[in-house]
Amino acid sequence: MQELIYNVIPNVMGKLPTFYQAIGDTLIMALWSGTISFVLGMILGVIITVTRSGGILAHKGLYQVLDKVINFFRSIPFIILLTGVMPVSRFIMGTAIGVEGAIVPLVFGTVPFFARQIESALAEIDHGLIEAALSMGKSPLEIIFQVYLRESISGIARGTTITAISLLGLTAMAGVVGAGGLGDYAIRYGHDRNQTDVTYVTVLVLVFMVSIIQIIGNRIVKKNTH
Amino acid sequence: MIELQNISKVFGTGEGQVHAIDDVTLSIDKGEIFGIIGFSGAGKSTLVRCINLLEVPTGGRVMVDSKELTTLSAGELRSARKGIGMIFQHFNLMPSRTVFGNVAFPLKGSSLGREEKENKVRELLRLVDIEDKENAYPNQLSGGQKQRVAIARALANDPKVLLCDEATSALDPQTTKSILQLLKKVNKQLGITVVVITHEMAVIKEICGRVAVMEKGKVVEEGEVFSIFANPREPVTRDFIRTTSSLHKIEGLLAEDSPVTRIKPGEMIVRLSYVEKNVSEPLISTVSRNFDIDLNIIFSDIEIIQDAPIGGTVAIMSGDRDQIALAMKYLAEKNVGVEVIQDAGTNL
Ligand SMILES: Nc1ncnc2c1ncn2[C@@H]1O[C@H](COP(=O)(O)OP(=O)(O)O)[C@@H](O)[C@H]1O
Ligand SMILES: [Mg+2]
Repeated sequence: MQELIYNVIPNVMGKLPTFYQAIGDTLIMALWSGTISFVLGMILGVIITVTRSGGILAHKGLYQVLDKVINFFRSIPFIILLTGVMPVSRFIMGTAIGVEGAIVPLVFGTVPFFARQIESALAEIDHGLIEAALSMGKSPLEIIFQVYLRESISGIARGTTITAISLLGLTAMAGVVGAGGLGDYAIRYGHDRNQTDVTYVTVLVLVFMVSIIQIIGNRIVKKNTH
Repeated sequence: MIELQNISKVFGTGEGQVHAIDDVTLSIDKGEIFGIIGFSGAGKSTLVRCINLLEVPTGGRVMVDSKELTTLSAGELRSARKGIGMIFQHFNLMPSRTVFGNVAFPLKGSSLGREEKENKVRELLRLVDIEDKENAYPNQLSGGQKQRVAIARALANDPKVLLCDEATSALDPQTTKSILQLLKKVNKQLGITVVVITHEMAVIKEICGRVAVMEKGKVVEEGEVFSIFANPREPVTRDFIRTTSSLHKIEGLLAEDSPVTRIKPGEMIVRLSYVEKNVSEPLISTVSRNFDIDLNIIFSDIEIIQDAPIGGTVAIMSGDRDQIALAMKYLAEKNVGVEVIQDAGTNL
């Protein structure tokens, strides 16, 4: 058995520690930037929802600014963002390379996308629910937590699933700043050294990760649909 | 309880301006069920939303329970709103919460303990008669059940006022009746002032004591439901009343020469309408007994509004002409409107 595996994927098995390191780096990058982006994107998505005209905290100026900023960052291709935010990265993380260096650009690439996902999840909430909560004397903060977020859990789960999968894709590009990870591993060995088994295994691992994310997402959606 | 003084509401600016409410002054007493009726777009919803300031009027003052809401700070307004319950046409229940969770929702963050809250919710569910659905989600309920839950939720903070914006407009007639009965019960049992917005005269007739008729952002007519029904002044009010009465059907039957309207010589078709509150005697039998005439009722549409009959009867009268004349005089003295619709002439 052991031998068979060695024969099918010799280059992967030959440098197992490198393979594990790549998986670990991808997970660390995805988890850190994912967690930070989840919080920031959520806050941004909520703010842009409640400040739009007719919202519970309507504020034309703030809405316009956030809307433009989100659009601006969403239109920058990630590969340009990676190098573009290097100074910011150096300032916040102390370095612009490696796994730490990748987190800031990943956050910049993910937050605007996730904020839009949140915005569209919250937009699905019937305005009547907000009215009902207002008529009960609920405060804006109560409405955000008890109505907006609570009633859109399945929408948020859907948006989070999509965002997490796209974030996984972005981590593959992070190899450019020397962050390592599966993308870097596949390029360096699979492509550059023509070790095709590395490429295939990398793809399989990514397919597996995406499936896990999708399954968890679907579960949460199902559990919160009544 | 509720004082609206010179309320106006203008939506938009410049060219696209809409005067949704145009200088409305209304006074709603404590403990009454007050109706506001009007066709779609008349401004009813906007007006009722001005009562709890969901819509901030562009002019005028709103007083509820002797507090001037229009001058309160955001925090004060929130606590004032807890004293004003509201229910909606589309119920607006939280889909992710159970029936229990929905009724408990307004109590979140109140000073009540956990057990007190649970007792309160159960008591409300009992009041609206939906205890058995405690763990159901709104999607599993019928429209009438949803509105019951919404009423329980609106009552959770022990409000003094309950605003109902087209609360029965999405329900079938039978369910409408049961919800209206529930509102009546809430009004009687808890002494809550109820404001009912509707485009259906039947709803007004069923539960309201007083009514305001709205048209194009103005209150065009206002008064006790009975007197509005008996003596409508405005054309729009007459239109609404016509939608609930079948007495005008007789003209249609005559036009199509229906067998029930074919009369023999000596007979006449009359329409008797009751417009005063004091009609309590059995008029038809009294008349036929005392004047020895026959009254054959074709149809009758008499309803009890505020404990007095209103409406009328269409009947074929036959008998001695002099006696008929006397009978008509007697009816007129009793404040019954008498109208001869068709007369086949005397039989000699
Ligand atoms: N938020 C709004 N913005 C602009 N116009 C509105 C708004 N709400 C209501 N209106 C207008 O105000 C008028 C009255 O509406 P509404 O109070 O909903 O009437 P009703 O409840 O009697 O059907 C309508 O002409 C409607 O189009
Ligand atoms: Mg309306």
